Amino acid sequence: MKIAFTTTGDTLDAELDPRFGRANRFLIYDSDQKNLVIIDNNQNLNAAQGAGIQAATTLCKTGATVLITGHCGPKAFKVLTAAGVKIYPCKAKTLTEALAQFNNHELSETREATNEGHWI
Amino acid sequence: MRLSPPQTTVQPMKLAIASGKGGTGKTTLAVALAQACLSPVHLLDCDVEEPNSHLFLTPHFSKKQPVTVAVPQIDETLCSHCGQCADFCQFNAIVALPKQTMIFSELCHSCGGCIRICPTNALTETDKPVGTIERGQCDHITLVKGTLDVGQAMSPPVIRAVKKQHDPKYLTIIDCPPGTSCPMITAVRDADFVLLVTEPTPFGLHDLTLAVETLRQLKLPFGVILNRCDIGDQGVVNYCHQESITIMLQIPDARQVAVAYSRGKGLLDALPDLKPQLQRLLNTISQSQQGGQI
Repeated sequence: MKIAFTTTGDTLDAELDPRFGRANRFLIYDSDQKNLVIIDNNQNLNAAQGAGIQAATTLCKTGATVLITGHCGPKAFKVLTAAGVKIYPCKAKTLTEALAQFNNHELSETREATNEGHWI
Repeated sequence: MRLSPPQTTVQPMKLAIASGKGGTGKTTLAVALAQACLSPVHLLDCDVEEPNSHLFLTPHFSKKQPVTVAVPQIDETLCSHCGQCADFCQFNAIVALPKQTMIFSELCHSCGGCIRICPTNALTETDKPVGTIERGQCDHITLVKGTLDVGQAMSPPVIRAVKKQHDPKYLTIIDCPPGTSCPMITAVRDADFVLLVTEPTPFGLHDLTLAVETLRQLKLPFGVILNRCDIGDQGVVNYCHQESITIMLQIPDARQVAVAYSRGKGLLDALPDLKPQLQRLLNTISQSQQGGQI
């Protein structure tokens, strides 16, 4: 299973980025192969609008089926849900902590966006 | 001897009232200018997120006309999920997933590119309502009011619909939205002259400089109206002097203006002596359109 995290770093020791659309990058952890890849999300940092949508599109292409992040807005939620990605909001500080919480079934999948959309 | 009020033979032109900072008195001035005018005048309320000129004029409005924008709709049975539309869209309004194409019409800027580029003709244009315009008459003033629907984020289409009501036979006063972003630019664009209403405070000055830079980029002639001129500091006056910007009118900070405002009465109800000054202001701008100096 491929698990995606939003982060500012590039290892499992890095911090979980609470933002989804404007997260610095995604770390995709393959729990079967025990390896990880980094996917850049920089193109969205300065997007005037639609950062969540674009980030969700990028994430869908990675094959991840689980997303662990801080918050997820309504449009990103719609895209991710349509693509079959399960979203687990998480307040952990690091990815290692977040992964442990996920493995211990301490996180629950959200059935709706965790916050409202942003407008320019 | 008392000067007789000037005869206002104002040429038909588009006069935009803008500001930068909100709450400086754009609507107050726009309504007062329209009232001061001696011949028929059109007042276009382009502050479509919060139109309020009508509160001071209380016209009887005609039936609301809907304003729509063209957005794409998809026929999934024709879609090959090639993703070309999503790649083309500069506003992230389309998402192409392997088995589904999603349209977020609230982000669409109605360029129509996705519809042209679609190789299987799966996209067609549909009209989405985003607001309304109304038209009303109050003495010699024809008021056109635009109202953006609640929940819509983009006001320029409604502003453009209001401006389409412009009739070149009449002097047209455009009450613009605050700020210096797309709504303000849409409202001032194509104006013959812009009046920037500001107040002599650091905040007023800060936003005035942004508005001045914007109008210079747009190459629009403009002047400044200093409202509540006896408060604050000298910053705006000094700035206008440095930049060779004419302060065309100063309006005092008077309690009776606020009292009148709170009762839905305009500037001229509180300060009737301003009427000849406003008429002279219109004359000056009108003459500048025919080559005169401000």
